[in-house]
Amino acid sequence: MSMTKEKILDVYATMKKIRMFEDKVAELFAGGKLPGFVHLYAGEEAIAVGMCSHLSDRDYITSTHRGHGHCIAKGVDINSMMAEVYGKATGACNGKGGSMHIADVDKGMLGANGIVGAGGPLACGSGLMAKTLGTDQVTVCFFGDGAAEQGTMHESMNLACCWNLPVVFVCENNGYAESTPWGYHCAAKNISDRGVAYDMPGVTVDGADFFAVYEAAEESIGRARRGEGPSLIECRGFRYYGHFEGDALLYMTDAEKARNRERDPIETFKKRVLERELLSESQIAEIDAQVAAIIEEAVKFAEESPWPDNKEVFTDVYVNYP
Amino acid sequence: MATRTITFREAINEAMRLEMRRDPTVILFGEDVAGGATLSHMEGENKEAWGGVLGVSTGLAPEFGRNRVLDTPISESAFIGAAVGAASTGLRPIAELMFVDFLGVCFDQIFNQGAKLRYMFGGKAQVPMVVRSMIGAGFRAAAQHSGCLYSIFTHIPGLKTVVPSTPYDAKGLLSSAIRDNDPVMFFEHKLLYDTEGEVPEDNYTIPLGEADVKREGSDATIVTVGRMVHLSLEAAEKLADEGVNVEVVDLRTLSPMDADAILNSVKKTHRLVVVDEDNPRCSVATDVIALIADQAFDYLDAPCKMITAPHTPVPFSPGLEDTYIPSVEAIVSTVKSLKQ
Repeated sequence: MSMTKEKILDVYATMKKIRMFEDKVAELFAGGKLPGFVHLYAGEEAIAVGMCSHLSDRDYITSTHRGHGHCIAKGVDINSMMAEVYGKATGACNGKGGSMHIADVDKGMLGANGIVGAGGPLACGSGLMAKTLGTDQVTVCFFGDGAAEQGTMHESMNLACCWNLPVVFVCENNGYAESTPWGYHCAAKNISDRGVAYDMPGVTVDGADFFAVYEAAEESIGRARRGEGPSLIECRGFRYYGHFEGDALLYMTDAEKARNRERDPIETFKKRVLERELLSESQIAEIDAQVAAIIEEAVKFAEESPWPDNKEVFTDVYVNYP
Repeated sequence: MATRTITFREAINEAMRLEMRRDPTVILFGEDVAGGATLSHMEGENKEAWGGVLGVSTGLAPEFGRNRVLDTPISESAFIGAAVGAASTGLRPIAELMFVDFLGVCFDQIFNQGAKLRYMFGGKAQVPMVVRSMIGAGFRAAAQHSGCLYSIFTHIPGLKTVVPSTPYDAKGLLSSAIRDNDPVMFFEHKLLYDTEGEVPEDNYTIPLGEADVKREGSDATIVTVGRMVHLSLEAAEKLADEGVNVEVVDLRTLSPMDADAILNSVKKTHRLVVVDEDNPRCSVATDVIALIADQAFDYLDAPCKMITAPHTPVPFSPGLEDTYIPSVEAIVSTVKSLKQ
């Protein structure tokens, strides 16, 4: 694997953006600033960034209810994301989607999704588009360990393999379907073993290790781009926040939380690149400061943005309606 | 434009064929829509194979190839959702959901994904897809293959619903549905497939949201849709013999619904009967009557009546199923009761 210094800087900055965005959203939520509820991605940064590092704006991703990290990794504008979480008119969806539906089709982000397992079929669709039109676009379908048990995911993996679609299925196994541990809700030893059922490669990697995800992604996305069909990657990781923000994580032991902190994906990445002298402490400090400023600016942008006009309730239901 | 007599089935096939020739982004997939056609094991045999369980897509796989006419596994959630994903990224897919009764296994993809994407994304996505599905009783197909259920889809914002009654309407409405930039549910009554009518050879479109007055009259209005149009016209003939002149309004599309056509007719005839094969509660029938109660109450000379299926599943045994389906006799006697 070869990564330029620019790429390494970019990866670090993107993971940091996700972390700081989520920490800020948690703080805003606790302060009563945000309507509704939010599902935070902190702890899983290496997965979204490891996968999306191999994608361009022309490639597609489908996401989950825990979609902020996927959006940032796919290049969705941070200001528009923060404004969307606030419900402001300047949001990515003009305030009509909220945290669970942030999307930017032009960036290839087909939407966070409030229905667990719903992204699989959508990914087959964008994959089918690429195959039908003969493009080399790839779709990455992110789904959780909870979604792995939905029929839609089994149907989608089978369909993608039957039709040989350029889709990479990425299971973000953070260990819990809401509060239910995956060892309880999943009958398989590895979710990646299900690749065998559909005759596609399946691998399990450390989802807290950026380089492990990046390498698996390179192989499977390359395979999809060459028209060789789908793959399944299971990324074993964890989330720092609850299923939704405000969830007190009563189902997780203190020992487990401490173990997770020791595996922190951003600290792990930082340690590796510092050891190899790919980045310096001062560069990292500089990025940290830049990212903090970007997040503060996003909050300011969202706070100062107007609410949507109430007339917006009635628009965008149809493209054309008499 | 040259016309000739073809069946309802052929009209639908022709609309898909002509739209696929016209636009390379139009593709068709569903269970058995190619039906084995063009596969290597069929070499030298019947190359058209099934072409859909009732032969509606016959010949499309040989003409357009397996890249554009795709059989699917029996995985309705996956392929209906794939239609949503393909539509929002640049194709115009036609997905065939064999029987509307199967919506239960893929409803999320239709109503939470296809119908809502545009709205949830603040208007920054469009989903130009068509779901074709068979509806209707009378095929002795029992409770899980005979429903209409179009009321359910009409209830959902973001979806358009189309229920054609003639070959001419089927072809023009399906062409419009395929070219439309919103998700359209297109319902085909299985007892209409062998009915015939005059249809132009070329491409044409009928706008979604325009009802068609299938028979003009002055004494009462029948608002109806789908196969019930034909029963209503038959009833109108019988009533004409008795000196009662009935207007038959074929809604053709339930969403958008042509409220003006309904209102204009009722304001003229002062009497309304809705004939609907779907179950009666929260239905197209109640919707049409609510429209009149709200906007044309003062024009009425008699209570509004609705003739629908009973509020039951569709039974199997022939006598039971025939009892279930609204009858010409019921339409005749109901209209006559309004004239007394």
